[in-house]
Amino acid sequence: MYIEKLNVLNFKNYSSEEISFSPEINLVTGLNGSGKTNLLDAIHCLSLGKSAFSTQEQNLILTNQPFLSALGFFQKGNKSYEVRYDYQKGSKKVILLDGKAYDRLSDHIGRFPVVLINPDDQKIIREGSEERRKFFDQLFCQIDHQYLTQLMHYMHLLKQRNALLKEWKEGITKKDFVLLDSYDAPLIRLNDELHQKRKQYTQHFLTYFLLQYKKLTEDKEHMNIVYQSDLFKSDFPGLFQKNRERDQILERTTLGIHKDDFLFTLGEQTVKHYGSQGQQKSFVIALKLAQLEMMREFSKTEPILLLDDIFDKLDDERIHHLVHNIAGTTKGQIFITDARPERSMEIIRLLKREIRIFHIDKGKVI
Amino acid sequence: MNIPSKLIEEAVEEVSKLPGIGKKTALRLVLHLIKQDAKATYGLSDALKNLRENITHCTVCHNLSDDTVCSICSNTHRDHKTVCVVEDVRDVMAIENTMQYRGVYHVLGGVISPMNRIGPDQLTIESLLQRLTGNQVEEVILALSTTMEGDTTAFYLSKKIKTLEVKITAIARGIPLGGELEYADEITLGRSIITRTLLEA
Repeated sequence: MYIEKLNVLNFKNYSSEEISFSPEINLVTGLNGSGKTNLLDAIHCLSLGKSAFSTQEQNLILTNQPFLSALGFFQKGNKSYEVRYDYQKGSKKVILLDGKAYDRLSDHIGRFPVVLINPDDQKIIREGSEERRKFFDQLFCQIDHQYLTQLMHYMHLLKQRNALLKEWKEGITKKDFVLLDSYDAPLIRLNDELHQKRKQYTQHFLTYFLLQYKKLTEDKEHMNIVYQSDLFKSDFPGLFQKNRERDQILERTTLGIHKDDFLFTLGEQTVKHYGSQGQQKSFVIALKLAQLEMMREFSKTEPILLLDDIFDKLDDERIHHLVHNIAGTTKGQIFITDARPERSMEIIRLLKREIRIFHIDKGKVI
Repeated sequence: MNIPSKLIEEAVEEVSKLPGIGKKTALRLVLHLIKQDAKATYGLSDALKNLRENITHCTVCHNLSDDTVCSICSNTHRDHKTVCVVEDVRDVMAIENTMQYRGVYHVLGGVISPMNRIGPDQLTIESLLQRLTGNQVEEVILALSTTMEGDTTAFYLSKKIKTLEVKITAIARGIPLGGELEYADEITLGRSIITRTLLEA
């Protein structure tokens, strides 16, 4: 699958621009702040229905404009598709496929897969468990639509349960344990269903990951991803029940898959605390390339790869190695942003694939 | 909008407060009434006044009603052994229109949603339970929306009713009539497969 043409209107620092891409490699250059990453983000929006960087749609609109629109022409399995992402201040965003709006945004997820690699990804390792759940959930949601619905269902029930616990604590309503049961029963069931899937998919992911990591480094250390969950404890339903008192005091649900974590280890130690900068960087890239391979397997289509500023702080030899690896992983469309194109250009040329170069200046392609 | 008459402006203001009616539509309605015979306007205003003064909730089922007990609850030809639980008045009308139901109703007035500060106490659940205690009700049909809140409410009610020795049923969910399978969403279709019915030739 690849994107043929992108048309953006009032998207971040682009007022109006139409760009045709190569189905192979697209190198986006320009000074810092010129809008290289915004171009990748527009593609991200079309694929996932949301920005990779901003959770608030209104921050995506060009300053002083009332709306934005991004239109992408995709080629997938010899068919053309037109995906549009519209947002107007004060209303809900709309995603249209071939001119028809989706009833549910979630129906769009996974149909046009992209993988973004970005310096920000380091937070998957460095920050709290939420970042790791976000990474794996985004992947699992794209490959398994049922997982997405179950997760949305779970999160909604969790919000209701926590609201109830808060009301009890504040004494707004009298404690009605039958009502708490009404949330606990479906939550316990969904916990189990989502846990089984996370377990199964993480195992599957690990095989891809280990291969990628091995290819990226000469490291002899044994890397691993350990899925941690309350659900591994015996008799989770009983435990959940027992924890009710604690939940009431803390006004939130303390057990469940929303507390899961994925531990990244290097031998006996954690990557977060003991991995070198280089190891951490390779680890993240291996995570992302494994994501791409898993998405390809499940969607049966080649995801678009967006490489945002990943050559930064890498020496030429590492860049060489990395590019070589990426080329070995995907035959699909690739977007690369780089503020200093001369260094990456030479290396990319060695791949002997079609390259189109775009120079960006203040939201304009020149 | 610049309206030269203060009288018209006031009327437009009031009419446009109604849901789904903007200033322009309101003006069109008001001008229409002026054009008509005065009787039309009095008919409308009298009907509205009368409605406001006399409409009440049925003390049995909480449906909107002209009297303290609504026409459905006071109808002796209906089956009072079966109670259909719905969210609001519109659901009563929808089920009545099917002409398939001869039992009586119980209007909850909403569904449980702690996020929106709606708990069992904000609904007519206590009154339902009283209605089912010691009475001659044999079956309760839960006809709630298939949203998460509807499901929670149904689960809660079934737990509460369980102790009362009343049969609890829920309306079936599945493929709409005249619908093509390929357009049905996965969850509905999946459920329809699981809750399939025996076909008798």
